[in-house]
Amino acid sequence: MNRRMLELNNVEVIYDDVILVLKGLSLQVEEGQIVALLGSNGAGKSTTLKAVSGLLVPEDGEVTDGSIEFLGQMIHNQEPSRIVRKGIFQVMEGRRIFEHLNVEENLRAGAYTTPHRQQISEKLALVYEYFPRLAERKQQVAGFLSGGEQQMLAIGRALMATPKLMLLDEPSLGLAPLLVQEIFQIIERINQEQGTSILLVEQNARVALRIAKHAYIMENGRIVMDGTPEELSDNADVREFYLGFTERGQRKSYRDVKHYKRRKRWLS
Amino acid sequence: MATAETLPQLLLENARRFPQKVALREKRFGIWQTITWSEVGRRVKDFSLGLAAMGLEKGQNIAIIGDNRPEWIIAELSAQVLGCASIGVYQDSVVEEVRYIVTNADVRYLVVEDQEQVDKVIELWDALRETVQSIIYYDPRGLRNYDLAELISFPAVETMGREFAEQNPTHFEESISAGRGEDIAIVSTTSGTTSRPKLACITHANLIAMAEGLTAVDAFQAHHEFVSFLPLSWIGEQMISVSCGLYVGFALNFPEEPETTAQDIREIGPHIMFAPPRIWENMVSNVQVKMEDSGWLKRRLFALALAWGTQIADAKFQGESLTLWQSMRERLAQVLVFSNLLDQLGLRRIRWAYTGGAALGPDVFRFFHALGINLKQGYGQTETTGICVIHRDGDIKFQTVGLPVPGAEVSIASDGEILAKGTMCFRQYYRDPVATRNTLLDEGWVKTGDAGYFDDDGHLIVIDRVSDVMQLHDGTTFSPQFIENKLKFSQYIREAVVFGGDFPFVTAMINIDFGNVGKWAENHHLSYTTYTDLAQKQEVYEIIRGAVEQTNDDLPPAARIRRFLLLHKELDADDAELTRTRKVRRGFIHDRYGELIDALYGNEDSIQILTDITYQDGSKAKLEIALRIEDLTPAEAELVPE
Repeated sequence: MNRRMLELNNVEVIYDDVILVLKGLSLQVEEGQIVALLGSNGAGKSTTLKAVSGLLVPEDGEVTDGSIEFLGQMIHNQEPSRIVRKGIFQVMEGRRIFEHLNVEENLRAGAYTTPHRQQISEKLALVYEYFPRLAERKQQVAGFLSGGEQQMLAIGRALMATPKLMLLDEPSLGLAPLLVQEIFQIIERINQEQGTSILLVEQNARVALRIAKHAYIMENGRIVMDGTPEELSDNADVREFYLGFTERGQRKSYRDVKHYKRRKRWLS
Repeated sequence: MATAETLPQLLLENARRFPQKVALREKRFGIWQTITWSEVGRRVKDFSLGLAAMGLEKGQNIAIIGDNRPEWIIAELSAQVLGCASIGVYQDSVVEEVRYIVTNADVRYLVVEDQEQVDKVIELWDALRETVQSIIYYDPRGLRNYDLAELISFPAVETMGREFAEQNPTHFEESISAGRGEDIAIVSTTSGTTSRPKLACITHANLIAMAEGLTAVDAFQAHHEFVSFLPLSWIGEQMISVSCGLYVGFALNFPEEPETTAQDIREIGPHIMFAPPRIWENMVSNVQVKMEDSGWLKRRLFALALAWGTQIADAKFQGESLTLWQSMRERLAQVLVFSNLLDQLGLRRIRWAYTGGAALGPDVFRFFHALGINLKQGYGQTETTGICVIHRDGDIKFQTVGLPVPGAEVSIASDGEILAKGTMCFRQYYRDPVATRNTLLDEGWVKTGDAGYFDDDGHLIVIDRVSDVMQLHDGTTFSPQFIENKLKFSQYIREAVVFGGDFPFVTAMINIDFGNVGKWAENHHLSYTTYTDLAQKQEVYEIIRGAVEQTNDDLPPAARIRRFLLLHKELDADDAELTRTRKVRRGFIHDRYGELIDALYGNEDSIQILTDITYQDGSKAKLEIALRIEDLTPAEAELVPE
């Protein structure tokens, strides 16, 4: 435990040689941990994940400064295919499954780093154990699955690669609250039972803080605050801007939403 | 034009002299909307009669809380039409500050901008409902479901005014002509560095005398442009935008939002600008940071042009005439580099730029003069309607604040305190005869509370607050502000509070500049999250130590800083550590951080403290933190005991 798995140190990312998205971003994931990365739209959360997984390159993005270290090796600006082999798998935002393939074919696609048939079928069984719903729909064309099932499929496909570190980008996006709960329970189980470290990007701060061991809050391309979920949940700014509590601890109603925002202080 | 005694009379005159000329300009949804002088006259008529219809009478007051908008000016002038005073409350004030001003100044009507301000008033409503009759708002967003009976919209008041005008067709003109110069026009809050803000009563005669004096020094013209972006509750903004604006008739421009100010200034290209040192300092550090990020050629050219510009500026400060060679360089630097840079900053048309409210560091001063900007220091306080001493064109020395404004007399009391006298000196503090007696001496001299002296050319030099100037144990005169300003030349230091007078040696509490230190940290691959995290890094202590050592080199040994610490948070007006004009409240900090001061004079190299944080909405939180203390005591020096 507590071995450092992933370490981003002062990472700067520029798209198209001009657009500065991340600057001086540093964060760490320890082995076996779930770490949450919270932030509003456009804060640079997805870019952070893509910088780790190497998927920046097809989008003409580049890590121009700083370093990304995974298990002691520098991995920034490497080919995504090499990074996958090292044990990092990103579940992209919006699910991105192969819609015309069926469920099982989708899952097998995730195992392309594993050459042995025997291992593949063991892994399939494991995925079906975590996601019984997928087992029921093995032969269905993936495009016809519900949103929640597609998200399960995307996570299941990641599991097929037996990653050491899974990068999850907004798994709760567009899902009903009950389903969000179900998926987050499964993520937590995967983390505990498989020992998979998880770096989780979420807009739904409440569910993310429930399962994370450590969380970072990101704004305008840099980390403005970090701490344990308890510390963050106690912080007045996090409560106001991420958890939607008023200062008296009540949940806010949309009827009471103000047209102005309090100034953030980010004091920890 | 000397016939007008009050601001509303000036307004009527302007509406007659140039009815179609732009008086106010406001940016809405990215488009500049103009209001002419005749329209301002009409709207002031409607709103003032609306207030009259609601029952506002001579001798009562209104308070205005909001960003700079045409409605702010209209409301202020409308109150003055009826012989009432207006009180500006800083728009970022917390609830308690609003309560203090509104209840102490007997405010009957509140004119507020938007939901944020309405919410503050509603929170206070139990305390205010006895005295406040109505709350008038001008931005209706989010207020539809508010059912407080006393809430009324700005246009509704104007409609009432039009109806009132039909019944009383001459009321408006009669009220205006009944106005006298000695009537109180505004009640202005003093900055309150030493205690709670006091309420100073400023008359129409004060405001007009000040505008006369200032325009006698610098001939503002009606076709000039001015961008009004600093709080209108600040006397400095009142003095230029309201008094001089009405007196001369130039146009006021209001930015769309505080965040768009820089861009909006660039679009307007003002001729006149007045801002406290903080704004000028920010501009310099922005230029420096942008230059560091620009290409090699631009950097070289800028460095060369700046070196020439500085040389030329220094020659001018010395009063030397330029050599032909220097004049050529001046033109070349302007054409090649500075004209473009000034255009980016929105300063290309500037004829007069002023700094006031606090001392501006010589380096910043020199920088702007090197760029060819005619930046001048002014000196004054709320009690002298904002200004009583100012630099004259071509006679600028950056260590001085210039010569008295025509109409003002300045002298030095036997204990070194600066005294001011003249038509711009205030009448009294609102319902506070004791404070008035303590400040306003016989024969009309106002005690400024600042220590200073005149140099050989008759320029005034301000040292510091009288109460802060002290003798160190070896007899050296010690001014904390002097040392603080020296520290603040470092781009890494945002704010500093120096202690010394009562103590065996000198220490400092320092606020790092989050932007610049953050950038430095990024360049040095030092990762950080919050301000607190960055401020407590060993490496950051080291660069600040460097800056402190540099400051110490220029100080007499007894005044050198022996120990310092970096504060875990920026000093903040919401925590009452700064005034609303962002000046350090030394006394308050002394009380609040007593533990830290003890630690600075102790032997430990770190201290654990627990502090309160106040958020903008009034909520509070606790914060516990360990702070490191850096010791610069030279090994051979002994601490001299008291």
